[in-house]
Amino acid sequence: MLAVPIQALFGQLLIGLINGSFYALLSLGLAIIFGLLNVVNFAHGALYMLGAFVAWFLAEKAGVGYWGALILAPLAVGLFGAVIERLLLRRLAGLDPLYGLLLTFGIALILQGLFSNWFGSSGMPYEMPSALQGGRALPFMFLPNYRLWVIAVSLVVCLGTWAITERTRLGSWLRAATENAALVSAFGINVPRMITITYGLGVALAALAGVLAAPIYRVSPLMGADLIIVVFAVVVIGGMGSILGSIITGFSLGILEGLTKVFYPEASNTVIFVVMAIVLLVRPAGLFGKQA
Amino acid sequence: MSEASAAPAAELAPRSHRAPLAILVALVLVAPWVVYPVFVMKALCFALFACAFNLLLGYAGLLSFGHALFFGAASYATAHAALEWGWRPELCLVFGAAVAAVLGLATGLVAIRRQGIYFAMITLALAQMFFFFSLRAEFTGGENGIQGVPRGMMFGFLDLSRTYVMYYVVAAIFLLGFAILHRTVHSPFGQVLTAIRENEPRAISLGYKVNQYKLIAFVLSAGLAGLAGGTKALVFQLASLTDVHWNTSGEVILMTLIGGLGTIFGPIAGAVFMAALENYLAQLGSWVTVTEGAIFVFCVIAFRRGMFGELSRLLKRPL
Repeated sequence: MLAVPIQALFGQLLIGLINGSFYALLSLGLAIIFGLLNVVNFAHGALYMLGAFVAWFLAEKAGVGYWGALILAPLAVGLFGAVIERLLLRRLAGLDPLYGLLLTFGIALILQGLFSNWFGSSGMPYEMPSALQGGRALPFMFLPNYRLWVIAVSLVVCLGTWAITERTRLGSWLRAATENAALVSAFGINVPRMITITYGLGVALAALAGVLAAPIYRVSPLMGADLIIVVFAVVVIGGMGSILGSIITGFSLGILEGLTKVFYPEASNTVIFVVMAIVLLVRPAGLFGKQA
Repeated sequence: MSEASAAPAAELAPRSHRAPLAILVALVLVAPWVVYPVFVMKALCFALFACAFNLLLGYAGLLSFGHALFFGAASYATAHAALEWGWRPELCLVFGAAVAAVLGLATGLVAIRRQGIYFAMITLALAQMFFFFSLRAEFTGGENGIQGVPRGMMFGFLDLSRTYVMYYVVAAIFLLGFAILHRTVHSPFGQVLTAIRENEPRAISLGYKVNQYKLIAFVLSAGLAGLAGGTKALVFQLASLTDVHWNTSGEVILMTLIGGLGTIFGPIAGAVFMAALENYLAQLGSWVTVTEGAIFVFCVIAFRRGMFGELSRLLKRPL
């Protein structure tokens, strides 16, 4: 363990925290959508990619920079999600949730295929905003400002979402509708509209993650394709029942992945899947889940 | 997925299957003289793969999103045994199917601990883990795959390098696998699987050890998917990362869905349809992906019974 240089250790920990931020944002959106719609949104990775592409388009074609994209891209993708919900997902209400998974898988294939056709698979760079360039030198490592920003935004957004669902009236409706939609609509709340808004919000979170990721990774059509599978594993480990659970699980697994990269790099791609298998054998409902 | 399964699948080996079975055998025997044989062999390999997959989704209600794991692992195992160890093809195929069945046992033990949507995500994740393993492992040849796999002499006297000999061996393997699946579905064991699909708590309360049934079905499905993958490796003399990629898992779901979930003949039609589609769209690159996605959306929204599900409703007999 002492053979590992301290810079490498902290460097990978930082990368782990960044990845954890994305896991947390994405699994949070999945958990919210699953709670109300009973749909596992396979298109989540593709919509994350779409968010990054909207940011890229805004910069290239409209001259809108990073800060504008941070608001506009989630808004645009959220609206797109609302349209998908109204036109397609709504028709599956009452069917086996597996159909929702297959439908959103199809949507993901369409989006990824279209963008691969237009842009090839290598991807384009996206410029970092000037205010966040550079970094600070700590005694043990160099800390780029942008990465600190990503972690901070992700933490604020995750905790904000949690606070909204736990502390506000909208959140209480949401939780009530998750428990019993028929009863909530009997109280005069427009549940179908709430479902549309929820799907839009969950999807907007994915787009926000995409914009945050754009300056770090390249903007490419398949950037969300493998990521979504890891996020599924995160969701299985955490259990989809708890929002706070998915945040904690997302960050801790990101860190664990970073540490694996330092001590046993060969396994860094697979460590999350191994953890998933172990958790399933020991505690099948997931760390924060109720037995389904 | 009970809503889509049009066929009640209740009677043991229904009499209404006799005519379609005869048509199927005739088509398989005649096909290579009408269509390009390598194309038919590819279609038959994927048809067996899809039928094996359908045992889980169509009859036991288990959506495995990681079946490429078994198809691809067997493809690697068969290719490795043929190329590096110089085994005879029949032994290579048995070895490949055995490897897939063992992996199916390991995967199944983990995955059946959760139901429904979680089962799908878990199988997907485990298959992805195997994909990364294949990417790094020595014997898989990484990005290049295992190329130049010899077809060899089956049983010492069938020269598989001759196209038509290879074809009829593939046809025999397909029909054997199909017969096993047909028998399984219409056996008491298959009836219990259907009961689990329709109402798992009730099956448990009737005293069935549901997890054992699921696990056996999973291992059987994995083994036959492996037989399909190994055969594919011999036909194309190649085992590659494509075989273990999640895209292959998605394709086998699509074949089954479009042909008809829970119909015995549907997945074959779906596999032929998809193979033809890929053939025609091959030069169009990622448009194949877009088309596949669009078919997924269409099937889920408007065509949940699939080709043979609709046909069986029209003819009022289980297919």
